Amino acid sequence: MDTHKLNVATTDSPAAKPRKLKIATVSLAGCFGCHMSFLDIDERLLPLLERVEFDRSPLTDIKRCGFCDIGLIEGGVCNAENVHVLREFRAHCKVLVALGACAINGGLPAQRNHLDLGEILQMVYRTGHGLAPGSAIPDDPELPLPLNQVHPVHEVVKIDYFLPGCPPSGDAIWAFLTQLIDGRDPALGHGLLQYD
Amino acid sequence: MNDSFMLDGEEIPFTPGQTVMQAAAAAGKYIPHLCWHPDFAAHGSCKLCTVKIGGRFATSCTVRAAAGQEVENRTDELDARRRTLLQLLFVEGNHFCPSCEKSGDCALQATAYEMGMLTPHFDHFYPDRPVDASHPEVLLEFNRCILCELCVRASREVDGKNVFALAGRGTKSHLIVNSESGRLADTDFAATDRAAEVCPVGVILKKRVGFAVPIGARTYDLQPISAAGGDGTTGRAGDTSAPRKTEAG
Amino acid sequence: MATPELERILARHRGDPLQLLQILIDVQAHQGWLPPATLSAIAEALSIPRARVESTASFYSFLHTRPAGEFRILFSDNITDRMLGNQALMQALCETLWLEPGKVSEDGLVCVDTTSCTGMCDQGPAVLANGRTITRLTPERIDEMAHLIRHRVPVGDWPPEWFHVEDNIRRRDVLLDHGLAPGAALAAALDRGPTALLSEIERSGLRGRGGAGFGSDIKWRACRDAWGDAHYVICNADEGEPGTFKDRVLLASYFDMVVDGMCIAGLAIGANKGFIYLRGEYRYLLDRLETRLTERREQGLLGHNILGRGFSFDIKIHLGAGAYICGEESALIESLEGKPGKPRIRPPFPVTNGYRGQPTTVNNVETLALAALIAVRGGEWFRAIGTPASTGTKLLSVSGDVASPGIYEFPFGVTVAEVLAAAGAHDTQAVTSAGAAGHCLAADEFDRRIAFEDVATGGSIMVFDASRDMFEVARNFAHFFAHESCGFCTPCRVGTAVNARLLDKLAANRGSPYDLDEIGKMHRLMQGTSHCGLGNTATIAIDDMLVKFRPAFERRLMSPEYEPAFDLDAALSQARRMTGRDDADAHLGDNRSALAAAGARAPGGVESAPATAKPAPAKDVQP
Repeated sequence: MDTHKLNVATTDSPAAKPRKLKIATVSLAGCFGCHMSFLDIDERLLPLLERVEFDRSPLTDIKRCGFCDIGLIEGGVCNAENVHVLREFRAHCKVLVALGACAINGGLPAQRNHLDLGEILQMVYRTGHGLAPGSAIPDDPELPLPLNQVHPVHEVVKIDYFLPGCPPSGDAIWAFLTQLIDGRDPALGHGLLQYD
Repeated sequence: MNDSFMLDGEEIPFTPGQTVMQAAAAAGKYIPHLCWHPDFAAHGSCKLCTVKIGGRFATSCTVRAAAGQEVENRTDELDARRRTLLQLLFVEGNHFCPSCEKSGDCALQATAYEMGMLTPHFDHFYPDRPVDASHPEVLLEFNRCILCELCVRASREVDGKNVFALAGRGTKSHLIVNSESGRLADTDFAATDRAAEVCPVGVILKKRVGFAVPIGARTYDLQPISAAGGDGTTGRAGDTSAPRKTEAG
Repeated sequence: MATPELERILARHRGDPLQLLQILIDVQAHQGWLPPATLSAIAEALSIPRARVESTASFYSFLHTRPAGEFRILFSDNITDRMLGNQALMQALCETLWLEPGKVSEDGLVCVDTTSCTGMCDQGPAVLANGRTITRLTPERIDEMAHLIRHRVPVGDWPPEWFHVEDNIRRRDVLLDHGLAPGAALAAALDRGPTALLSEIERSGLRGRGGAGFGSDIKWRACRDAWGDAHYVICNADEGEPGTFKDRVLLASYFDMVVDGMCIAGLAIGANKGFIYLRGEYRYLLDRLETRLTERREQGLLGHNILGRGFSFDIKIHLGAGAYICGEESALIESLEGKPGKPRIRPPFPVTNGYRGQPTTVNNVETLALAALIAVRGGEWFRAIGTPASTGTKLLSVSGDVASPGIYEFPFGVTVAEVLAAAGAHDTQAVTSAGAAGHCLAADEFDRRIAFEDVATGGSIMVFDASRDMFEVARNFAHFFAHESCGFCTPCRVGTAVNARLLDKLAANRGSPYDLDEIGKMHRLMQGTSHCGLGNTATIAIDDMLVKFRPAFERRLMSPEYEPAFDLDAALSQARRMTGRDDADAHLGDNRSALAAAGARAPGGVESAPATAKPAPAKDVQP
């Protein structure tokens, strides 16, 4: 399946250096563990930066996603803001990757899915132990509203690639990205493909 | 010698009465499977072991081996079907590997690795399946049940107890235990039962031993299921024959 | 339950665990549902594990392990019932009774729900009221029904004309005009003797009328030749295919031919015991069939030493309890043995390992009646009718958009167009040729012939005129199969459920071209991977409709972009309710407009990057 392999030879002259690919990353309903694992590629980050530059990402602090070649999404979709950000990435990234267990099946946050959201909010903010008197469910318009259930990102927008793991190891992320950047379909062998 | 068939181009001997799966396992060849186990009567429900014989689909754990059969097993076409079947199983239940103590020893997970499954693909059902922690020694985590009936068969055929059964129909099919209360503690189940050892996924779990072996050092962390399970007698985590479990249990 | 009543029921079934399903049906008839303690008591009395009793009790749609309401009104929900307006009638009944469909009223009085096709497609909309068939529903009948329920008038005291079931025979041929006296065929068979009889069946070319078309002589010979302590004949009267009702008519008005056919089968294979597996939906026929069997015993036409010729054969009727899968012969046998109706691993086939593990022939009602006809008239005579590969006549149950729905007996080889003309169909868009489980034909295929070698059918012909939305037909079928999958094998259990969700997604205007591909993909998976015929046929009609009536599906596509199956804005409803918020940020729109807006708003980035990402299949999908 090569319908969206990245075309890295995007310059006019074959002699010229290929342009750098743009990558954006974000954590939705995740724990940033996948981002931490990304940093576990350690010194390989330097050769990677020869070939890519980062757009919106916790690494750059750019707030809005520009047009990118690759978008990496950590975490599932738990609230309205997650939906907006995910759509922003979908609209701006040629290739969108679900990175890690939560993006792929909702992960830990999705383990609330068999519970009623109303009852959860009631218990957490109103009736749970140790709450200050008069505690109420937050209703500030600045806060994104939670969805009734947590969803994997592929249930909300089209996703092109999936890299499982909790988190995927630095080696898995490195193998995945280098293959993708080289224009190949990433393949993960034993030891790199892990769900835990 | 006439009693042999071809499995992906390799000659596999068989004895009359053996299924394609039994003969392949005896020859150390891996045909993906979840509901099949060498010690129990074939069930034929998971369909992971679907192969092509003479160009037609067949369930290798129930179809008899016959001389001269041309059996396709690990082809892209069949593995793609298996991957889809696995995806269906993953979305049907609640399979959160990072928080499952069977992770690394789970045949469902390991088979999905083997098939290169990167995503459950379909929309998740997220069923509501309460856990039964009533038994002092064993936990039932129904969220992960794939309805293979290995525990049903083990309890009936080996333990002589009929502790487990499937109830319901269609996607409402679910594992039940043999008590009016529906609680395992109210059955004659014992942690020493064969049924306690046979679950290929993380439903029937012995308490207090879950993390005796750390993640990363477990059965399928060390080798893929195709290598671990090729002889058909090991590699199913929870088998009494698996060395790790003997240490842990 | 009062213990004496349970003991009476158990005694009637001789405490035989193989009678478990019949025991559960009887117990429920007495007390309305099957409470946990009752299941325990039954298990104890039969000396079987309680879990086994619960397995069976929870498998069948008409058995209830929770309180089910004093009045239980089940609307037949085949597509033909829908075309006759069953949904509006059900809604009206629910509104009048202040009910939510599928939920028992708080006072435990009534529950209104749907059920799979009840075999009344020629006289729908139909319901089962506490298991009893009511046909030709109208808004007036619904009003009166609500009144009767509220006043707790027992169903047995409802207006008798409501329960009237017509035969609606529209065309008779050799079977429906047989002109034979009860027992005449059986006498002819006894005259021929088993060997000559089998030769005659072989000569006739008779093939099974359930749809698969297996040679009856081959089946009977294999069964006869199989070693066993006993041989059994089973009449498959679990007529569950949506849109078929011909067995209902044969049982109601040609029962002696069916019984003669069963006795003849018994003679042929060396059996002296037979079963009729009668679908629960046809329970209204039970008393009259039992009565007729009793009469035949008194007349020397059944039981010991039939016609004084030394041949003994008797018949027992078993009831089903709402499970389409029991039409599959090995599932039927499991059900007959009191278990959930899950198809067995085959081989071995029932002809060698059937009921109680003994050689068993399972034949369709119509096949048995035709065997009786052949016993009298001979194989050559029969073979002259129909086509060389499909001999004889076929009963067709024709329903849907036709002037005269009902039973049409045609010689095999008749074209679909001829059937449509006979039934008074106009402006026909599509015909389903074998219920929900077979091919769907478009107008350019109506010159095809009804025959095993061309359009194979068990007899369910549903007709759809140009006004019908074929997408809704497909969606009805998808839900039917999701409801009826036994759950044994992965592809059918989960695949039928995924299919139903996909079609609901399209119906909710959240579909994209991606979802149409998914429907096709599920069709290819379930074909060949499923354990039995149900899974292997469950997507045939849907796939045909997708291919042949694609615009009906494409009309449902609201976006070229992938859209979620669930309503994102509705997914915020609980949070809105709990926080009292209703500001703009407390709502979400669909992907299409959001993605377009996001793409337009963003500053230009990499020059070569397209403005919108190309939707492309993900890596991890089946090729």
